[in-house]
Amino acid sequence: MPTHVQESSKPRAAAVRDNRAKFLERAMSRHHYSGDALIEVLHTAQELYGYLTPELLKTIARKLKLPPSRVLGVATFYHFFSLEPKGEHSYIVCLGTACYVKGALGLLEVLERRCAMAGSTSPDGKVSVNSARCIGACGLAPAMIRDGEILGRMTPEKLNEDLDRIGVE
Amino acid sequence: MSVKTLTIDGKMVTGAAGESIFNAAWNAGIHIPRLCHIGGLSDVGACRLCLVEIEGQPKLAASCLTPVEEGMVVRTNTPRLQAHRKLIVELLLAERNHICSVCVQNGNCELQDLAEGLGIDHVRLRYQFPRLGVDTSHERFGIDHNRCVLCTRCVRVCDEVEGAHTWDVKGRGRNSMVITDLDEPWGQSETCTSCGKCVQVCPTGALFEKGKTVAESRKDRRFLKYIVTARKEHQWIR
Repeated sequence: MPTHVQESSKPRAAAVRDNRAKFLERAMSRHHYSGDALIEVLHTAQELYGYLTPELLKTIARKLKLPPSRVLGVATFYHFFSLEPKGEHSYIVCLGTACYVKGALGLLEVLERRCAMAGSTSPDGKVSVNSARCIGACGLAPAMIRDGEILGRMTPEKLNEDLDRIGVE
Repeated sequence: MSVKTLTIDGKMVTGAAGESIFNAAWNAGIHIPRLCHIGGLSDVGACRLCLVEIEGQPKLAASCLTPVEEGMVVRTNTPRLQAHRKLIVELLLAERNHICSVCVQNGNCELQDLAEGLGIDHVRLRYQFPRLGVDTSHERFGIDHNRCVLCTRCVRVCDEVEGAHTWDVKGRGRNSMVITDLDEPWGQSETCTSCGKCVQVCPTGALFEKGKTVAESRKDRRFLKYIVTARKEHQWIR
């Protein structure tokens, strides 16, 4: 019975959500709620929740006894932290020297035209676009990372096909 | 406490061990240009306007952060330093939208005074014209980010003297901005005590009291010395 399945999976999803707060609490207590551990705690929070909401930042500030403005200052200083939900899919274009010479800008141009500007997410929440200085895959130039998987020797055509496949208009 | 003797611009100057070149020079009547330094707050060396030449050192040093040393020979106003300062102020002017003719602080602005003192009658760099907002949600004060030079005086006075730490800086590089709490409107800030210290220390018209129109704003710098002396020495001197 499908309804049955849904009912049994609901509390489990809720349990996972509860666990996230518990994991975050544990990370903070491991650092004795020291303000010096702010970056580590933000890392954990981002891993658990995917991005940092104002509520999350407020909680962290309160628990670590830090001013909220300092917490936001740190969270916005490092590119690693994201204050907006990430898209369903993520594309990172390598702009290192080798990839750059091999036409990485053409790839970025396709993504920026069809999805979103580098460093942001498309309005429909489908794709997040980012650039990186070098991803250490110079032999595969121009390279990019799609959802953690490396795509080597990319061309705008291949990228367009890839975007078509995941249903980007 | 030991006393160090040094030469600043050919003048023999003494300073206590650990004192900054800037302070020693200031006490001797030599006023080095500055924007982020303000007596009573910690120094961060952010504006780089107080750079000085020290004999025997190839690099320029920020005088607000360099302690005096015995026998030091310091020069504060060489053509090289002048050129650097001029460029720094031009960079500041080009970075945001500094339009003196419509500013509350016109005529009483530290940035304007600096530019005037350095003989800046035009800016050689391309203006950035960033789109920045004005937050007037606070009932008594306002902040115009277009006039902010990111000296962080407001951040430091709020943290070190008021103890509220309402202000901080978000982002990095050209995207940096001063923020209240979680980048919320100032008027909704839970931590702000509305003491107005940030407004008084702001060198430009970025932080201003409401109700003032062009060139009407005057900032009271004496209050900081008053509070700091009162705290440290328990003497209430105006």
